[in-house]
Amino acid sequence: MAISSKPIVWGPFAAGGTITAFVTPVLVLLTLLAALGVVPDALTYDGVRAFLGHWLGKALMFGVIALSLWSSAHRLRITCYDLGVRKDVFVATVVYIAAVAGAVATLIVLARI
Amino acid sequence: MSRKPYLREVPKFRWFFRHPRYLRYMAREVTCIFIGAYTVLVLVGIMRVAEGPAAYAAFLQALQTPASIAFHVLVLGFSAYHSITWFNLTPRALPIQIGERFVPDGVIAGAHYAAWLVLTLAVLILAGAF
Repeated sequence: MAISSKPIVWGPFAAGGTITAFVTPVLVLLTLLAALGVVPDALTYDGVRAFLGHWLGKALMFGVIALSLWSSAHRLRITCYDLGVRKDVFVATVVYIAAVAGAVATLIVLARI
Repeated sequence: MSRKPYLREVPKFRWFFRHPRYLRYMAREVTCIFIGAYTVLVLVGIMRVAEGPAAYAAFLQALQTPASIAFHVLVLGFSAYHSITWFNLTPRALPIQIGERFVPDGVIAGAHYAAWLVLTLAVLILAGAF
């Protein structure tokens, strides 16, 4: 039987889809408030540092960013195919590498906080 | 696969305007562009925090431009649409069987909506948004 890479691609996509469904709207609400000039306590410099200063905050933030990027990348790949871009291997390589690069960048920057 | 698979000619961009169902499908799929772009924005914010108070203050300042506010409103709409479509699909993805019967679709999706509401309110309260 041929070994499929689908579960490896699809597992994080499903996890990321669920995470973004639950979390992204409220994150957007928080930064929208900041954009409107009403910065919530958690988004002040000290607030963010306090949250990301704890290992649990770092872990949560890493999980949200990495899985959001992966699920967006996967969906973008499918959307490219739907829009008539038939170079699927090329598109998949680009979007998945971008997602992994974003996750690695997140790890590096979180380690500096 | 057969040696000469039949490939129907499909216009690249116009096909999803042909039927409301296709349009809803495409609206759901393009949510990934907005969610992905927003995730990059969050990552940039964390980078600015790592750089120090001055860099983060400049980031907050940049958030308050009209373009940024418009972007946030767009992302809010598309991410909420993603949430709604995702939760509506949960009865298909996670069918729960108790004995002979399956838990009704509305209960599974409804539980997700309730959890979403509670989580959203909890985050807003914990983040000091009120």
